Amino acid sequence: MEFAELIKTAKVENVQLSCPGLPPIKGTLCITSHHLLLSSQPGGNGEPGTVELWLLIRNVDAVEKSVQSLGWYQSSRTNSSHQDTRVASSLGTITLKCKDLKVLQLEIPGMEECLNIASSTEALSSVDSVMMMYPFFYRPQSMKLKDGWQLYPLQHYYQQIASETGAWRLSCVNGDFTICSSYPPAVIVPAAVDDNVLKKAARFRQGGRFPVLSYYHKKNGTVMLRSSQPLIGPNRKRCQEDELLLSAVLDGGERGFVIDTRSAQAAKQARMMGGGTEPKSSYPRWKRLHRPLERGRPLQESFIKLVEACNDTSLSVDRWLSKLESSKWLAHVKGALSTACLAAQCMEREEACVLVHGAEGTDTTLLVTALAQVILDPDCRTLAGFQGLLEREWIEAGHPFHFRYAHSAYSHARLKQEAPIFLLFLDCVWQLGRQFPFSLQFSERLLLMLFEHTYASCYGTFLCNSEKERCLCEVKEKTHSLWSWLNQPSEWKKHLNPLYTYNALVIWPSVEPQSLQLWQGLFLRWIRSSQYLDEAWAEVQRLVTSHEDAPEESAGHTRCHSQPDAAYPLTITGTANEG
Amino acid sequence: MHLSTPVEQVKLIDRFSTSNKSLTGTLYLTATHLLFIDSSQKETWILHHHIAAVEKLALTTSGCPLVIQCKNFRIVHFIVPRERDCHDIYNSLLQLSKPASYDELYAFSYNPKQNESKRLQGWQLIDLAEEYKRMGVPNSNWQLSDANRDYEICESYPRELYVPRTASKPVIVGSSKFRSKGRFPVLSYYHRDKEAAICRCSQPLSGFSARCLEDENMLHAISIANPAHHYMYVMDTRPKLNAMANRAAGKGYENEDNYANIRFQFVGIENIHVMRSSLQKLLEVSGTKALSVNSFLSGLENSGWLRHIKAVLDAAIFLAKAIAVENATVLVHCSDGWDRTSQVCSLGSLLLDSYYRTIKGFMVLIEKDWISFGHKFSDRCGQLDGDSKEISPVFTQFLEGVWHLTEQFPQAFEYNEAFLLQIHEHIHSCQFGNFLGNCQKEREELKLKEKTYSLWPFLLDEQKKYLNPLYNQDFSQKLVLLEPNTVSFNFKFWRNMYHQFDRTMHPRQSVFNLIMTMSEQNKQLEKDFKELEAVRRMSLERSLFKIQIGFLRTRIDPTGDGSTYHRPQHAHSVTTTRWLFFFFLSFFAQPCTFVSGMSIVAKYCHLF
Repeated sequence: MEFAELIKTAKVENVQLSCPGLPPIKGTLCITSHHLLLSSQPGGNGEPGTVELWLLIRNVDAVEKSVQSLGWYQSSRTNSSHQDTRVASSLGTITLKCKDLKVLQLEIPGMEECLNIASSTEALSSVDSVMMMYPFFYRPQSMKLKDGWQLYPLQHYYQQIASETGAWRLSCVNGDFTICSSYPPAVIVPAAVDDNVLKKAARFRQGGRFPVLSYYHKKNGTVMLRSSQPLIGPNRKRCQEDELLLSAVLDGGERGFVIDTRSAQAAKQARMMGGGTEPKSSYPRWKRLHRPLERGRPLQESFIKLVEACNDTSLSVDRWLSKLESSKWLAHVKGALSTACLAAQCMEREEACVLVHGAEGTDTTLLVTALAQVILDPDCRTLAGFQGLLEREWIEAGHPFHFRYAHSAYSHARLKQEAPIFLLFLDCVWQLGRQFPFSLQFSERLLLMLFEHTYASCYGTFLCNSEKERCLCEVKEKTHSLWSWLNQPSEWKKHLNPLYTYNALVIWPSVEPQSLQLWQGLFLRWIRSSQYLDEAWAEVQRLVTSHEDAPEESAGHTRCHSQPDAAYPLTITGTANEG
Repeated sequence: MHLSTPVEQVKLIDRFSTSNKSLTGTLYLTATHLLFIDSSQKETWILHHHIAAVEKLALTTSGCPLVIQCKNFRIVHFIVPRERDCHDIYNSLLQLSKPASYDELYAFSYNPKQNESKRLQGWQLIDLAEEYKRMGVPNSNWQLSDANRDYEICESYPRELYVPRTASKPVIVGSSKFRSKGRFPVLSYYHRDKEAAICRCSQPLSGFSARCLEDENMLHAISIANPAHHYMYVMDTRPKLNAMANRAAGKGYENEDNYANIRFQFVGIENIHVMRSSLQKLLEVSGTKALSVNSFLSGLENSGWLRHIKAVLDAAIFLAKAIAVENATVLVHCSDGWDRTSQVCSLGSLLLDSYYRTIKGFMVLIEKDWISFGHKFSDRCGQLDGDSKEISPVFTQFLEGVWHLTEQFPQAFEYNEAFLLQIHEHIHSCQFGNFLGNCQKEREELKLKEKTYSLWPFLLDEQKKYLNPLYNQDFSQKLVLLEPNTVSFNFKFWRNMYHQFDRTMHPRQSVFNLIMTMSEQNKQLEKDFKELEAVRRMSLERSLFKIQIGFLRTRIDPTGDGSTYHRPQHAHSVTTTRWLFFFFLSFFAQPCTFVSGMSIVAKYCHLF
């Protein structure tokens, strides 16, 4: 397939761009294989036009074209009616609804051009082949391809554990992805269990996702494991190796907890489909807890409803509250946070090991394990540590990013496997940040950036569904990593939380509905005017920096402060040298 | 009469804590407070006046549960081991929390050990005559009227009232007879630049067809007191249906045909009874244990509380815009003109005038639109045992409206949320005289200025606690008219008000406290730097090196006063080290311009 075939009209003059809250801009619209560009018309004195819009077409979630919809625009227009009548005969409007939730409007002279631009945008935005996506074409001057892909190898994480205990080993049983197609080549497993046992245990778990270590709690040596559901089936099958693997985690008389992210009933019903959950009889030392978390279609619908409610600014307070309620989004936030707290509590307070799984073990499972680590482990709350966490618990752990974030809340396409689990995770982290504003090293801006990049990115980090697919597509060889961009000192600094101080404690959030808030910065980002809030935040930053980082304000001093050397990501994995 | 012996082994349960942990301690009843001292000697004081309801629940194995609901939304849940004791406490509290007469109120026994002249000075802190002068009245169009000098026309109004110069005494008297409770139209706020005014009154006694020439003249006088404009707005803050129903009782609203050049407008704020039951519903929801998100949101919706807050704010915005944008004078009323009218006039003024966004200005605003114009604090707050149907959270709504504004304009207000909460605390505490009684006449009869203290000087004394560290005076002045966005998603549940005492619900770290401490420290540093600079000059002149070291030592020590912010060690050590820099600086460096304490130090810190 050639992109050129999809581009019917490459360039249109006199296109007007408008988005809420900004004055409309007129300029030349160009469509390339991956971008929509709009450059404002050059001034009369020969100066070049400036680029006003640089939109990754992948970011377009829905294209709506209309001739009639001119009406809304005309009413806000003060120009002469003469122009309007001329226009109405030959002007089309395209509304671009983006995956990052912003909405743009393009007024294009010429009906044919309008339709062409719309259909090209639609076609280009729905190209499904990974290798055709922009990250494979993006070649920034300043970055080397290899940087960033090897920042957070599992080996480093394993070494940290190995320095504390010999109970765990790094297994390469999945080196060629044959045991489990969604696992990375290396996983951390109990040292006492050999690869043959793993192979057999894998056959007893859906998708081959046998229990592996997700998190080691240094404070008391307990661990969190994750897996997929055991394939108990209607005939109550057992698997000695799986039982062995799980009991190898527990010392002597210890007991562990299985947190199943489905309801007891759903877990039981799953037996009919060949799945199930660990029965007491075969896993006597594991106590099962059920905490149903929503995923899949219901979660996507919740997201869509919430965005719908947020976009309707004409709602009365009652309608707004009722729509907010019926979207159920905040209930999902509460559910995720409380389940993560439960897992954290089992480890921190009960000093017990925890196994988390739902069905496939690639969605709610990861939501819980990742969130629990942010709550428990101060290292995960640093900017570098958080990247490591995402790399380990989401990307390498096989969260199907490609499937889940193909479409966002506006798409008219038939939903397939879309579900904003990762967005839910980001929202929960944001809630933690609200309740512990000094305990996360990164700011809301990082979370917003991650949200954007999961849906459309020029980096390869969130491409594909698993490490296996990334290998096949040579993502790491042919695209840039988001982390190498983020870890450039200038970007790094922009994503820091100025209020951060290291907090070694567990951060237990309140999950009362009164304590949870709608993430306005994300859901209302393009809708509310935040000028005064932004100014206030700038003032907070000014206060904090004038209080603490005063050296940065004064010019001409000799020490270099632009490099955050002490916190530079390379040092976080524990082995690198400090500056 | 009340229990004098302490009750021991009483358990205090945290109503939202997930674990069933409780504190065990001793419960005391004093003449004014209930006191609980737990085993770690932490004291919980609850003023009897704050108690809204006491409830004795069914006996359990661990004892007899006693639930106390307070007007400041604190809810305490005790378990008393012996039922007999519980019963005694219950009965005592029932009596203590419902004083029968004013002289039983705390304000009359409260003694902060202040001398008499200071107490009197405190009462003079807020001077409304000064305030009208600040607005620019009296002037060529408005004058002070002596019509109500002895409360002869309207008992619930203050003695001093400002009216249009063209309104003669007979017009005033006639108009007052045509208005509910005699509350004729008077000036509430005068906008100097626009020469437009906010006036307030009660509903006209128009019934289905009655007219009153004096009242029509009165409105005309108000209208022409604004030289720029040919029309004025009359805002009836009630829902149209309510206003129409009032006509059957011989009351009602202005007929546009009878009054020259008025634009009549209904606003639709509900009455005190609706508001009371709305708050009741809100509290029922927020007090539920193990509440789900969905029941919270639907409960919030069903209570209608945020809808009411929005209605009040929308009305205030309408008012403010009429003045700021259209230069039009607005007359505001509801039924009696002391509840919704106070809300709308005061919030409208707050949007129009940045002075009311300062600490002192806010006190003035409350004194003017609420206290002096006869908002019935005593009845609305249920200060005395009386008609519970008179209780309504009208003033609480006003504070919540202000809070919503502070949320949208974080830099526009000199005061912070704690200030609003503290004022709310005291409208119920009856500890100070300001909010006792229902009107000025009653307050004079109670001799409050002789027998009690005023709240305002106490708040001013501790104003450090109430300062908004983000306040930007220039910003506030630049933004003459605050134009809040009342899109529905901006209306949020005010957790810090309704769960003020439920500690587990709040963020565990407060940005606010931190920046407050920082800005305080920055200010302190600036001040200290100036002092040091002075000393440096002095010491250079006199070469008295030793004195300075001595001085510096005493300055370094008391830095540990920062109380509850979250990184004490860090901040402390930084401050101390920076202090040393200051010390050296003052000798070796010659800073020419002083930007901020820190940046100067920063400039030279690499030298050391």
